Amino acid sequence: MAPVAPRSGDAIFANIERVNAELFTLTYGAIVRQLLTDLEEVEEVNKQLDQMGYNIGIRLIDEFLAKSNVSRCVDFRETADVIAKVGFKMFLGVTASVTNWDAEGTCCSIVLEDNPLVDFVELPDNYQGLYYCNILSGVIRGALDMVSMKAEVTWLRDALRGDDVFELQVKLLKQVPEEYPYKDDE
Amino acid sequence: MAAIYSLYIINKSGGLIYYKDYGSAGRMDTNDTLRVASLWHSMHAISQQLSPVSGCSGIELLQADTFDLHCFQSLTGTKFFAVCEPGIQQIESLLKFVYELYTDYVLKNPFYEIEMPIRCELFDIILTQSVQKDRVALLGQ
Repeated sequence: MAPVAPRSGDAIFANIERVNAELFTLTYGAIVRQLLTDLEEVEEVNKQLDQMGYNIGIRLIDEFLAKSNVSRCVDFRETADVIAKVGFKMFLGVTASVTNWDAEGTCCSIVLEDNPLVDFVELPDNYQGLYYCNILSGVIRGALDMVSMKAEVTWLRDALRGDDVFELQVKLLKQVPEEYPYKDDE
Repeated sequence: MAAIYSLYIINKSGGLIYYKDYGSAGRMDTNDTLRVASLWHSMHAISQQLSPVSGCSGIELLQADTFDLHCFQSLTGTKFFAVCEPGIQQIESLLKFVYELYTDYVLKNPFYEIEMPIRCELFDIILTQSVQKDRVALLGQ
């Protein structure tokens, strides 16, 4: 069978079943609010959102691969590009840009100008430490984890904290070789 | 005769997480299916190492006198393989489709635990429907 051509983010987004954007945004808001009530500490909420994102990411990567037909990326640059151009488009309906590469090509920034999660959000003073969209960093970390890339994802800029855009730093820590035999003690 | 004899899904460590047989030919008991799954997992891994081509992703098709075994491995390491009548062409696309169903009806089920055996009724139903549809399409040829 001839390899199927990868589909563009727009094409997948057009075909995928969607929910009302406001329902999505408000549901996410309700979750964050509930976490703040339950956990009280902003730091804990950040951690919890990241963990929730991770759990989503490890499942979502398969859907991404199945529906986008992307093949194995040759390097991390391509990976970052695919996340920004296809991944974000497919799941959030927005495109992100990739900038600020370091010399080794293992660390870059994904910049989101438009973020549907924060449509109605204003961060009050007592929650200034909150990374409202921390679920996104978890999703990326989880998804990369499943394709044998250990990554660290941190927020550099957050529009809710007064920056102009959202900027996620994605740093590739190590690429776990997929070759057999797997080391049993790992 | 049924076109597809059986369908397997194995997780990245070689454990059988889903097995379904269609039609009477080559029916196996649970132990045999587990054995086939882990054997295939190992053979697939060995084939990757033995292949003279670098970057080989493992066996995709095993042809025997009485059956063909088509295998599709996702980039996350989950393998989908089907044992079917020799000489059938569209199995690859069927496996790809099963992968999509798996992401929709298994991975999106919040009560499904990742890497564990699949017990999702919806997945079963939709899968049976699509395999049957495929069978009808094959008979119509």
